Amino acid sequence: MRLTLLTTFIFLYAPIVTLVAFSFNDSRRNIVWRGFTLKYYEKAWNNDGLIEAFVNSLTIAFFSTILSTVLGAMVAFMLWRFRFPGRAPYEGALALPIVIPEICMGVAMLAFFARVGWPPGLPWPLNLGAITIAHISFSFPFVALIVRARLASFNKELEEAGKDLGASEWQVFRDITIPFMKPGLIAGALLAFTLSLDDFVITFFTSGPETVTFPVKVYSMVRFSVTPEVNAASAVLIAITLVFTTIALVLQNRNKSEMF
Amino acid sequence: MDKRKTIVGVESVSKRFTASVTAVDGVSLEIREGEFFALLGPSGCGKTTLLRMIAGFELPSAGRILIDGDDMAKVPPNRRPVNMVFQSYAVFPHMNVSDNVAYGLKVSGVPRRDIAERVAEALDLVQLQGLEARMPGQLSGGQRQRVALARALVKKPRVLLLDEPLSALDAKLREAMRLELVRLQHSVNITFIIVTHDQSEALSMADRVAVMEEGQVLQVASPSELYEYPSCRFVADFIGQINLFEADAVRWDDGRLVLDVEGLEVPSTRIELEYDSALAGKVGVAIRPEKIHLTDAEPADDRVKFTARVRDVAYYGNESRVFLETGAGRRISVTVQNRRRELAPPAQIGDTLWVSWPARDTLVLAQ
Repeated sequence: MRLTLLTTFIFLYAPIVTLVAFSFNDSRRNIVWRGFTLKYYEKAWNNDGLIEAFVNSLTIAFFSTILSTVLGAMVAFMLWRFRFPGRAPYEGALALPIVIPEICMGVAMLAFFARVGWPPGLPWPLNLGAITIAHISFSFPFVALIVRARLASFNKELEEAGKDLGASEWQVFRDITIPFMKPGLIAGALLAFTLSLDDFVITFFTSGPETVTFPVKVYSMVRFSVTPEVNAASAVLIAITLVFTTIALVLQNRNKSEMF
Repeated sequence: MDKRKTIVGVESVSKRFTASVTAVDGVSLEIREGEFFALLGPSGCGKTTLLRMIAGFELPSAGRILIDGDDMAKVPPNRRPVNMVFQSYAVFPHMNVSDNVAYGLKVSGVPRRDIAERVAEALDLVQLQGLEARMPGQLSGGQRQRVALARALVKKPRVLLLDEPLSALDAKLREAMRLELVRLQHSVNITFIIVTHDQSEALSMADRVAVMEEGQVLQVASPSELYEYPSCRFVADFIGQINLFEADAVRWDDGRLVLDVEGLEVPSTRIELEYDSALAGKVGVAIRPEKIHLTDAEPADDRVKFTARVRDVAYYGNESRVFLETGAGRRISVTVQNRRRELAPPAQIGDTLWVSWPARDTLVLAQ
């Protein structure tokens, strides 16, 4: 039992630990330990291409998160609240972007944007529009599913109680339904953010020559050689993800203690 | 007759959910101002649907609901002068106690300084002072119910609707809450309409009770009238315990009704009583178990009497129930109060005893 836990733990985290450890390695290659250094962090910091890709990624993730959270929450609320013809097939179709292989989504997006034509040469951040739209389209179903699951445990008497006390439809939604959805919204937004930040396949197909995101940039750097510079950049990304996850978990836990 | 004015008028209201499901079927009721009114019935009898129609969460398929003389057909729940205490209490989980109570005042635009005052008043009324800042998750079930009560009462509604308010509480608390609800109703002087499936709840709290079954109101009466003069077999059987026999009723010229009860032994298979209704033919004859006497010797002639053998005795502490069987196989149960401190049961199994009751205590039920 202990051994199993230990093995799986090593299996999960050894590569990440290695990656972070070797970002401090004073060597051009990733093979032998030559002593501690921060020079690759400095180098990564000074690599304009890498920084630009990083900023692009964060920008895309930011917009994609906000829009997919709003869109996903709206879809979830609609599916929960209203009965309409075709509701069940709609709910099924919603899960499609989750099960469709990413590569197919990528090709589909490529074909779509080639046909519609996202105008090239727009100033930043409008040039990221195509990628952002692509990210929203595969992120919002995740948000919708999470929020929908949260709403399933919603006691409809809470809404009725709100109305009974004199609140309008909109006041009930704002004061009672949204606060109840909050943990689902946070979890969904977090997932959308991570999905967008580290998506490679779909981004690769939709990004033009002048718009490069972090994963795509790392991929092109690795094609030449795996330098500790890539390790350093990845370590920063891991740190950011960890911070975000922790914040979200703390928020969610605080919320849970208010529920009964 | 009570001359108080009608606050809630239900006029031949029906509610059909689908073609085959009729929850409420042509119900008419007049609920008076300041009254504690109970809708009593088994689950699925339509009592909750009726309550929800008064609150405005369901619309009648036919008929009208009037509150304070106004037709409620086009009035949404948030504009009706009624408030509801929900079965689950529906206390808002993300708001503390005083925000919960203040919510109804906030959304209806009551000035802020009045809100604080009225919230304090309402919390005082339900004895929740000092818990203003608690979250619902930190409260007991009984306290959550008090929050729900305060939240509804703070709006000063014309009518307070309570949907099975005691069903989620444990037995001891339920008993205490009954008395408190009655006291609360007297002190705020608001009409209470309570839905319950528990007959003892309805009998002990309400001024008047409507017994419902399969979407229809069978009888509306005071608790004692309901118990002593049930209008039909369902009510007689649903409220309390009862012994029911089939009988042939023959009306004599002098106005007496003579009942020929099948399966009761001589010398008296006939129950004669003064009864003013026009019953005749096949009827039900019923007697409450606590109105029956068991004696060793033959009782006086003015009583309904026959002999039966004791089959079982069940001991409940304050009372014992004796189950007897007549020679013809009729079963009858008798409640005996254990008034004296006594270890021996009131009857031995196998004894043959005289079963008797005053003729006027006999119920005659149609259908």
